[in-house]
Amino acid sequence: MNSPFGNPNRPNSYIGKTVPRPNAKRLVQGRGQYVDDMVLPRMVHVVFVRCPHAHAKITGIDATGALAVKGVLRVFTGADIAAVCTPWVGTLAHLKGLKSPPEHAIATDRACWVGEPVAAVVATSRAAAEDGAALVDVDYETLAEVTDMMTALDQATPVLHPEMGDNLAFQRRHDEGDVDAVFAAAHTVVEAHFQTGRHTGVTLEPRSILVDWNPGEGQMIAWHATQAPHMIQVVLAQHLDLPESRVRVVCGDVGGSYGIKVHIYPDEIATAAIAKIMARPVKFIADRLESFTTDIHARDHEIWGRIAVDKDGKILAFDIDDWTAIGAYSVYPRTSAIEGNQVVNLCGGPYDFKDYRAKTTVVFQNKTPTSQYRAVGHPIAVTVTEGLVDMAAAKLGLDPVEIRRRNLFADDAYPVVSPAKLRFEGLSHHASLDKLIALMDYDALRADQADAKSRGVVRGIGIASFIELTNPSPFMYGIGGARISAQDGCTVRMDPDGSIVAASSVTEQGQGTEAMLSQIVAEGVGVLPSEVRIITGDTQSTPYGGGTWASRGAGIGGEAALQAARALRGAILEVAGAMLQCAPDTLDIRDGAVVDKADGADRMPLGELGRIVYFRGDTLPKGLPRELVQTRHYTPADYPFAFTNGVQASYVEVDTDTGAVKLLNHWCVEDCGRVINPQLVDEQIRGGIVQGLGAALFEELHYDAEGQLLNGSMADYLVPMAGEMPDMIIAHIETPTLESDLGAKGAGEAGTAGAAAAVMNAINDALRPLGGEVTAMPFTPERVLRGLGKLTD
Amino acid sequence: MKASVGGYARAVDLRHALDLLAQGDGMARVLAGGQSLVAAMNMRLSSGDLLVDINHIAALKGVTREGDRLRIGALTRHAEVATDTLIAQHAPLLRKATDLIAHAAIRNRGTIGGALAHADPAAEFPACVLALDAMVHVDGPDGARDIPAADFFTGVFETMLREGEILTALSLPVAEEGEGQVIHELARRIGDYALAGLCVVRRKAGHRIVCISVGTHPELATAAMDKLDAGDVAGAVAALRDALDPPSDTQASAAYRRHLAGVLLERAIADLNGESA
Repeated sequence: MNSPFGNPNRPNSYIGKTVPRPNAKRLVQGRGQYVDDMVLPRMVHVVFVRCPHAHAKITGIDATGALAVKGVLRVFTGADIAAVCTPWVGTLAHLKGLKSPPEHAIATDRACWVGEPVAAVVATSRAAAEDGAALVDVDYETLAEVTDMMTALDQATPVLHPEMGDNLAFQRRHDEGDVDAVFAAAHTVVEAHFQTGRHTGVTLEPRSILVDWNPGEGQMIAWHATQAPHMIQVVLAQHLDLPESRVRVVCGDVGGSYGIKVHIYPDEIATAAIAKIMARPVKFIADRLESFTTDIHARDHEIWGRIAVDKDGKILAFDIDDWTAIGAYSVYPRTSAIEGNQVVNLCGGPYDFKDYRAKTTVVFQNKTPTSQYRAVGHPIAVTVTEGLVDMAAAKLGLDPVEIRRRNLFADDAYPVVSPAKLRFEGLSHHASLDKLIALMDYDALRADQADAKSRGVVRGIGIASFIELTNPSPFMYGIGGARISAQDGCTVRMDPDGSIVAASSVTEQGQGTEAMLSQIVAEGVGVLPSEVRIITGDTQSTPYGGGTWASRGAGIGGEAALQAARALRGAILEVAGAMLQCAPDTLDIRDGAVVDKADGADRMPLGELGRIVYFRGDTLPKGLPRELVQTRHYTPADYPFAFTNGVQASYVEVDTDTGAVKLLNHWCVEDCGRVINPQLVDEQIRGGIVQGLGAALFEELHYDAEGQLLNGSMADYLVPMAGEMPDMIIAHIETPTLESDLGAKGAGEAGTAGAAAAVMNAINDALRPLGGEVTAMPFTPERVLRGLGKLTD
Repeated sequence: MKASVGGYARAVDLRHALDLLAQGDGMARVLAGGQSLVAAMNMRLSSGDLLVDINHIAALKGVTREGDRLRIGALTRHAEVATDTLIAQHAPLLRKATDLIAHAAIRNRGTIGGALAHADPAAEFPACVLALDAMVHVDGPDGARDIPAADFFTGVFETMLREGEILTALSLPVAEEGEGQVIHELARRIGDYALAGLCVVRRKAGHRIVCISVGTHPELATAAMDKLDAGDVAGAVAALRDALDPPSDTQASAAYRRHLAGVLLERAIADLNGESA
């Protein structure tokens, strides 16, 4: 059950207010401490020799030239690393049928994508290691490559991993009701083929790791840009034959993650293995070019979708056939099957309908592995769902807003179970849509669109409703056998001066976790946020937990922090009651001082209480508990996931002669439950929208038929930039989850989930009167012109 | 990646720079703004370069009017081209082009001489100087020489510059009364290389059209120019599309680029007519 955070005049009312980020000043002053800023005595640098072929047998490696380079110390092959590091398999028990072969940190006899590490060069400087890497002579015997997704399962296509039997990694089906009968009898059926472009996360800070192995202590320390320090601890221990307790993972400042930094990467594990072999600190920083071929990719999907509606536009059924290609290995340990799985779970998500069939087919190919990237699967499901809903509306002559009003789950329908068996605790689709319509002034915008049309200017409006999966319980990974915690913890302590230190197992990636935690702890204890210092990202000094992914930091880590802070408050008041000779429940803590609860009269600053407890404990009653350190943990238990919802709108202008799309405006109303810090949530949404707009208009990794990446640089792979971004107007509905006191759900995926679909629908709203339509992202000028039929050769 | 540089020397004057280039044994590279060269070195597309830094040579700087010609020093930065009043008055095409070139940080360092010597077929300035019928001035071990822009560009990243020569300046006729100069292009994002672009200069003697990003190097679109001189815009668009053989890449196909060039020509003409009306 929620605590009441609604009254803005309550004491210590920091939850729900925009509180400055404690780390912002330091970062803006350039005093961030990223992995690459760290220099240790005896530290060396590793650079990886990477396979230039999509599929090749390694027939020989000659390191003579490399070893002659000044500064080069060692060259490691796959066999050298395999001697100290066991291979891994990226499967999970609950993803039935998922298969993937063992993957080595450095390829041993065969490389399966352009960019897979085949050797490692260690030198006293990065430059010397690069000089050496250029001189490692690798003999390859190229093998037939599998690059096309849709023919990967054909008889004529070679099997990438013969021991797997075929190129099918995973398949998952939903079959609810009698879909064929419903489609056969439906008033209107619309079908379409959608494509989402393969893209990647492009973090400002590239993947980075520095590992030291100290044989004297028997301890490995990895300073790592990661989202999940405890998961990394487990993996390093398991594959390098160390006790978990002897691996410490430290995660300092991180320059963006977006899911890219939550996976196990062969080169990073190899770095740890090399540190263990050489017994000295080894640093690996991915450079921008190798990031494009080695950071996980995502979103490479083709989807055939059908929707059946009755004459009033009531949705009767969806039928979805999703295909995705994941590279040569399922990524460890979260797998590469989750994205397709999410697509078939999330399609149709906002709507109240009965019959549902969906299948995802996940195949192997010789390209960079794909895995979880921000809003995993959501943008694909939302694109297909919202694209089909708009097409059905157009066919019936219904307004896109009206068809959604007729089909969205009613706001009083909860709790409810969707046809894909998702359990919704409480969503606000209609309230969100109403707010969006008011915010964008829908009717005025339609009038502007008509006015533009009269001037020969083609504009379109697109709407996209969505659901978002947040606060994952152990049903996401733990149930499948992965040692990935769904629980998070927080330890909150009061020091003698009355200041507070909170150590949390959720991590800061640049998104403001520390600000969120500081204001929760400040409110929970009763001090100013500036009196709270936050420790995150150190497996040795924080409670055990999952880290930051799947929009879990505020909802799970925040609840643990609230409970720990309240426990500390209780412990402080117990001591205060004894000191002040009154019942603890007649006292309160406000702005760092003990006060009378009734009238707020000052009784004692926390610093005085701290002085007595820590230095004059002899004056307190013997036996009085004085535990000014409290720890609490939290795991979601009532629901597998806390679903949130929202709706986005896009207004675009299409140049029908060039096909160029201009983003005029963007709106988002979303419901992440309790908003802890409005500014941080708004900027999460905006950042997410930007990545969704990247998917809609810019981002796509191109491969040729031989599996060569054609646009692996910042010049050719177009990330969304400020110049093209529209104004984004953000608003919220708050439906707190009743599972926690805090009531917070996640907000990290919402922007990305719906932005691309809103843009697609807006472009198609613009093109429809001209007989055009686009469904393959990104919507490049050329694709728009072809969608208009203006370019046919 | 880390650049692998063979050496660096700062030239104090042009003679010094030419001497340093001559000693380079084929590995010497002129470092001006460095906006292409340094990126290439950082990707190790080029290594072992002996850099001859010409940034401190006063003779390569400045914009001056010399009679009916405008002389622009090779070291003139894109940002200076954008704000120079002589250029705005006598070669407005160059000023307009700076609105389309990359981003502020790049324009602050990149030089017009570097852009011409690099001869990227997607760059704006090479097309502009040909459209303006400029003269490229170079100096070298065998003395100074002047090369008409029409001869200067020979291929992708290829020019008439010889080993050991430095591009010192360009000069061009000041715009005549009523002359029209426009540049139009379409890029995926602001500052990106254009999918296609073109410059059109309208003089009493006739039109000059040069395209961007659709060929190996800047060339006059003579067939389209003839049609335009004859007042046939539709014919010019058709002739331009007919003459082009653009590349296909991950951003756009040849067919799209050919189509786009025609659209841009129509828009350039409309722009010119609006300006001179």
